[in-house]
Amino acid sequence: MSEALVASQPPGTDTPVPGASGARQFWRRLRAQRAALVAAAVVALLVLVALAAPLLTALEGQDPTTYHPSLIDSARGGVPIGSFGGISADHWLGVEPQTGRDLFARLAYGARVSLAVALAATVLQVFLGIVIGVASALGNRWVDQLLSRVTDIIVALPLMIMSLALLAIVPSSFPRPVLVSLVIGLIAWGNIAKIVRAQTLTLKGLDYVLAARLSGWGAWRIARRELLPGLAAPVITYAALLVPTNISAEAALSFLGVGVKPPTPSWGQMLTAADVWYQAAPQYLLLPAGALFVTVLALTVLGDGVRTALDPRAASRLRVGTGRRNETGGAGTGKEETS
Amino acid sequence: MSGFGGFLLRRAVGTAVTLLAISVLVYVVFYATPGNVAQITCGPRCSPEQVHQVAQQLKLGDPLYLRYWHFLEGIFVGQDYSTGTSVAHCPAPCLGLSYQSDQQVMDIILTKLPVSLSLVLGAMVLWLVIGVGTGVLSAWRRGRFSERVLTAVTLAGWATPVFVLGLVLMIVVCGELQLLPFPQYVNFADDPEQWAWNLLLPWLSLALIEAAAFARLTRAAMLETLAEDHIRTFRAYGVGERAIVGRHALRGALAPVIALNANNVGSAVGGAVLTETLFGLPGIGQELVHAVKVVDLPVVVGMVLVVGFFVVIANAVADVLYAVADRRVVLA
Repeated sequence: MSEALVASQPPGTDTPVPGASGARQFWRRLRAQRAALVAAAVVALLVLVALAAPLLTALEGQDPTTYHPSLIDSARGGVPIGSFGGISADHWLGVEPQTGRDLFARLAYGARVSLAVALAATVLQVFLGIVIGVASALGNRWVDQLLSRVTDIIVALPLMIMSLALLAIVPSSFPRPVLVSLVIGLIAWGNIAKIVRAQTLTLKGLDYVLAARLSGWGAWRIARRELLPGLAAPVITYAALLVPTNISAEAALSFLGVGVKPPTPSWGQMLTAADVWYQAAPQYLLLPAGALFVTVLALTVLGDGVRTALDPRAASRLRVGTGRRNETGGAGTGKEETS
Repeated sequence: MSGFGGFLLRRAVGTAVTLLAISVLVYVVFYATPGNVAQITCGPRCSPEQVHQVAQQLKLGDPLYLRYWHFLEGIFVGQDYSTGTSVAHCPAPCLGLSYQSDQQVMDIILTKLPVSLSLVLGAMVLWLVIGVGTGVLSAWRRGRFSERVLTAVTLAGWATPVFVLGLVLMIVVCGELQLLPFPQYVNFADDPEQWAWNLLLPWLSLALIEAAAFARLTRAAMLETLAEDHIRTFRAYGVGERAIVGRHALRGALAPVIALNANNVGSAVGGAVLTETLFGLPGIGQELVHAVKVVDLPVVVGMVLVVGFFVVIANAVADVLYAVADRRVVLA
């Protein structure tokens, strides 16, 4: 799928500027897409909120874990006292039903958990994908066969089911956010390994790599100095789309009650009980749902923008000159095992 | 060997190897973990005597490969379980025994499977129709305002988690508008009409989310085909735009759609787990979440194997369909 999802793809973004370096060309092409820029701004804001969560909640004078029983009408089943779910100067977005915990604080700290878990999982996926993909492409026939088979199996295993199962056997004393990112990272690296393997095989046959081999360079040095730069474009493209996928996965697991567990806040987990309270405190449902939607949307649009800016297929056509189709296949669909 | 028969044989062998490898992986991950395997398998509420019995049942004294062999034997031949006083026979394919409910895992799965199949298969029809339809429409209306609207809607569907859409649908349709009662699963055999009405919202939630990927893919594949030379030739011969888009360009999207549908089975199963939990449908997904929460390991492992089996088979079937749609694949 070379076609970007974002409609406002400006014409002429494919023509390289002579003399411009790769990174500068990338920025130029990314900046030319309005939707990607807006998405980047939203993502930047989210990251800022996540980083500044302790500051922001200190400004509000609240924290995400303190119960406020005085703000809850226990006679009416735990509905927040006051209009609009207990919104006040002290509680900017109201309080959680039943517990009275501050919603703004939980939302802001939830952003921290969502982004951190997703990023950690992505880093792990990219690392495993590169190591296994490169080893598979550079190794001998048996290594390649073995690693490719393992990759196929990993791709075949459904992420949700496997992570649910893995979360069952790990003792509950293990820190949950770390565990969730480990589980997602360890299960969903298959597609990126396939992409890396295919790209490495292409690069391996190129003249400059051949030249390096003939000069007697070792495999390690070739991999590091000659192959990794060529892998950057497809890996960054795919990784950019993995982040929103991972955010959805974490939210889904926490929604099911097996991911991040209270008192640590997470958007998915906040939604678990929200449907019961939608009439009394609609923001209890709408805020985490909206936060998830906006985050995944912004990251996806940004990922699409990155893909358009890097356009690995056009780039590899330019470099390789064979014009053969990207054999990675699944790469274009981006979405793996989300919900 | 060559030709289509050879291709089928190669695929069949490959599928069997993959299935076997998955069983090894699952066995090693869940039954060769550090820690007290018998205790984990039996569950947190087991007495020491029960744990001892489970350890004997799993043959924990034996080396790993023998234990795995014993496990495979259960799947292919069946196994006897001593429950202290009596001996229960678990016929093949035996996935073991839940020590918490004293039920055979295969029985649990078989009672839950119709619900999950109803959900996933019904939703699949919807997501293929909606997804491919949207993709065709936006390829046909390319460059116009309506295409932008479709693209935006697709993007929104792409970014919405299935449980958020399901929650909103349920609250609006069942809660506020009261157009439908809150879903409650009815067996197809008991009352097909009620079955469909009660599954309507779960189907829609799952399908609308999954359809986004198909709309995206269909549109991209069709636009790629539309840019090819033979389409220009058709145009030059005066073939109408509707026939070009609806017949010739759509054909170019067929193979990728089949492939995506197979790749999507895993994702759809994950979506089904969430949909079932959200709407309270008593399917495999809901049971799995329950089993995970109470740490009922045999049920968890059995379900992972069964779902993995379905996913691998779906991929193999898609490969064959792909080859039927495009014979060049056979040569590769």
